[in-house]
Amino acid sequence: MISPLALIGVAIAAWLAIGAAGLARPRALPLVRTLFPLGALVGLFVAAVAFVALGLPPQVTVLPLGLPDLPFHWRVDALSAFFLILLGLAAAAVSLFSAGYFRSGEGTAPGLLCFQYHAFLAAMALVLVADDAYMFMVAWETMALASFFLVTTDHRIPQIRQAGFLYLLIAHVGAIAILLCFGVLQGGRGDYTFAAMRTTTLSGFWSSAAFLLALFGFGAKAGLLPLHVWLPEAHPAAPSPVSALMSGVMLKTAIYGLLRVTFDLLSVQIWWWGAVALALGLLTALFGVVFAAVQTDMKRLLAYSSIENIGIIVAGIALAILFKANGKLLLAAIALTAVLYHTLNHAFFKTLLFLATGSVLHATRERSLGKLGGLIHRMPWVAWLALVGTLAIAGLPPLNGFVSEWLLLQAFLFTPSLPQSFVNMLVPLAAAALVLAVALAAYVMVKFYGVIFLGRPREANLAYAHDAGPRERAALALLALGCVLLGIFPTAVIDLIDRVNGLLLDTSLARTGESNWLLLAPIATERSSYSPLIVLAVIVVVVVATMRIVRRVWHGRVRRAPAWDCGFPLQTPRMQDTAEGFGQPIRQVFEPFFQMERHLPSPFDSEPRYWVRVSDRLWEWLYVPIARTAERVARIVGLLQRGRIAVYLTYSFATLIALLFLTR
Amino acid sequence: MSVGALFSQLLQVAIALALAPLLLGWVNQCRAWLANKRAPSLLLPYRTIHKLFTKDAVVADNASPIFRLAPYVVFGAMCCAAAIVPSLATALPFARAADAIALVGLFALARVFIALAAMDIGTSFGSLGARREMFVGFLAEPALLMVLFTASLISGSTALPTIVDTLAHRELAIYPSLAFAGVAFTMVSLAENARIPIDNPATHLELTMIHEAMILEYSARHLALLEWASALKLFNYSCIGLALFVPFGIAEGTNWLAMLGAAPALIAKLGVGGALLALIETLSAKLRIFRAPEFLATAFLLAVLGMLVNLLLGS
Repeated sequence: MISPLALIGVAIAAWLAIGAAGLARPRALPLVRTLFPLGALVGLFVAAVAFVALGLPPQVTVLPLGLPDLPFHWRVDALSAFFLILLGLAAAAVSLFSAGYFRSGEGTAPGLLCFQYHAFLAAMALVLVADDAYMFMVAWETMALASFFLVTTDHRIPQIRQAGFLYLLIAHVGAIAILLCFGVLQGGRGDYTFAAMRTTTLSGFWSSAAFLLALFGFGAKAGLLPLHVWLPEAHPAAPSPVSALMSGVMLKTAIYGLLRVTFDLLSVQIWWWGAVALALGLLTALFGVVFAAVQTDMKRLLAYSSIENIGIIVAGIALAILFKANGKLLLAAIALTAVLYHTLNHAFFKTLLFLATGSVLHATRERSLGKLGGLIHRMPWVAWLALVGTLAIAGLPPLNGFVSEWLLLQAFLFTPSLPQSFVNMLVPLAAAALVLAVALAAYVMVKFYGVIFLGRPREANLAYAHDAGPRERAALALLALGCVLLGIFPTAVIDLIDRVNGLLLDTSLARTGESNWLLLAPIATERSSYSPLIVLAVIVVVVVATMRIVRRVWHGRVRRAPAWDCGFPLQTPRMQDTAEGFGQPIRQVFEPFFQMERHLPSPFDSEPRYWVRVSDRLWEWLYVPIARTAERVARIVGLLQRGRIAVYLTYSFATLIALLFLTR
Repeated sequence: MSVGALFSQLLQVAIALALAPLLLGWVNQCRAWLANKRAPSLLLPYRTIHKLFTKDAVVADNASPIFRLAPYVVFGAMCCAAAIVPSLATALPFARAADAIALVGLFALARVFIALAAMDIGTSFGSLGARREMFVGFLAEPALLMVLFTASLISGSTALPTIVDTLAHRELAIYPSLAFAGVAFTMVSLAENARIPIDNPATHLELTMIHEAMILEYSARHLALLEWASALKLFNYSCIGLALFVPFGIAEGTNWLAMLGAAPALIAKLGVGGALLALIETLSAKLRIFRAPEFLATAFLLAVLGMLVNLLLGS
């Protein structure tokens, strides 16, 4: 049998080859449109191989490639296989969508874009299979660079260039932390393979240093507070399939890295890591969702919603750390299952929603929520498929978002008395914060969907909006189907995730739970159980039966008439709630969170104008001071710069003297 | 799952469907008496629902299918919830399929659908109502979950039958955590069922309405289903409250005769509960919409306090 690693290597090579083929004739759009579906097939292949690898023991190989004397190591185990499945499936859908989406004349030439895109996919796959620090960092940086070029596709627009640089900057700050983290993990032995790191035992101080560096480094990529600032800039700047891939998959590679370092490379976990990560995760979740509620740009809204979901995921990881550190392996397994389930879910529904915004953007050339509306009539396919994603991300049963949140709440609720009394108090508060974030997410998603797709069109030219093409529809439908299936067959998914539990925690839910294919019961049915299939069936049966009975007993007559609206005449589309209006209560309640500039018209204005700008206080508190300090330091360093060769020679001379003095 | 259990399950849903408008009628009657008015008939909600079913449905020109689908989904979610909530018996088969968290999820599903439907026509009142409803919901939903969590921490389970069994069999003592949770639950129920002080079910005054603003465009059978669904919601909330805080007299097991025996106790408890609701509504004034967060945040904090007290005292 061929090893799965070899097959994944083939898939990565195939992605690179497809990219290179696009490069051959960069302006040929028809060529690119056939290349992208091929990339989608490779994605499915990766997912299939990873699915097989999930059930196998870890596979390791050493490549003949790499730096002199430092060959690259590859390994695929349950954790990387799980994330490869996620990557493969999401990439398949996004590639299929891209085949219909990209066109000439929008920034980067399509062939070049095709290369960057497939290099990005290949780099993400390489991150997941890397088994030494060099390989990991090379793949990680390739991923960052490829995505930077993808973000700046429309590089002629200055704001997009700015967003790209911000992203690159934070990605590199994060990468430095990850590099340092690996430096700590090798424990002074100079062996940078992960296999060696697994056997190294570090002191408590150095383990903590490694964990905090990993949390910082991977947090920068994932969008953890306070390093989240690049997400709301880069996601709107990037073309929609790229945003979908970045939000749906790339953020997950950071989650992968965090899990890999915390549970695999570090041999012990300390409980306070969990407390720190829990606080940080929940703060991020609340922050993200509150900001999402006040956005007026649909892609920025989704970017903030990604921040929220990453916060929830990190909170789950924190819980797993807390339980693992206290030896409660079964509860740690539930928390980890919830984390991985939510990771997978987020890859599906966020990709779906980002792609849907791409279709809307192409159909209307409009990203601002204030100029959309009523698109369900013009774009029924996109609207109905996006509805599935909206309900899923809002965490409603019986779709997939609810399952992972249910599992996470179970983990929170069954916190037995942990030895740290401080944590015992923290956990219920954390559960409350989590529930608040989840409830706010429903608010945000109603706003998102209602303002874009429902109501009346707010601009006249929306009447010319057209529905997405067949390939785009197919991609959206696949993702929506994924959301439904992940929602109604949770036990099948959990069986897959359980392999990761086996790898990282050495425990399994299957042995203790009472789940069967119909009923999800991670501990025992007396404690908690949930069966989405039955819930869905009951709702569908009641809906259909009610429709039938009402028609049979009474009648089914319908008359169409103008909207009533309490009898007010002269209704215009401008009188609907705008995105600003929908966010207004949240702005009022969470006012301390925001920095607001508001302009209110006077009653005597003949042309009244209202505007409000909401921005992030962290800019003012953190980033602006850092930028100022950097500028000041640069100015002082600039004093050295004289532009005369004699001066520079003097510097060299002085340095040499100083070094000789010091080393002697 | 036996046929008998399934029959008991259907019986409970049927009783909930039949009693829900009666509860609404009773509350309205009590409110009228307390306001020194002549009370409408107890059966008025039934007549209203029947009248609405016979009328022709008028749907706005630009309504999408979501608008027509929403009443059925809301009604379906509420029926589903009525099957989960242990109103007459605890060991019903469907209760295994959805626990307390899923119950809150079902309420959220109904809320999201009705809000989306309200935004669908694109009228000013509809979107205003949707915004306010989601606004009330985002605070009320966590508070409700926290109340249920307090109960599930006591019983070590989120399955409603187990919770009710545990609570029904404990010795009669005042649990401080449940006292906090009880107050929080009352406040949440008022908000979620569009009652005074958050919303006024009798108003059509534009500036104050929330729930009514969302269903302004509905008529005939759609409106009938929504009215019935909101009566069911009130019924479900009342039954959750009764099951958590006065769980006595509920049937254990799936014997339908025992369930019929539990029915008078339920009706008596609902009668007292409905009268209390009318009293609260009569005694309080409607809050401005921007005082609503304070009210709901108080409920939320009380529920969280209940949880903390439970952890501190272990009761």
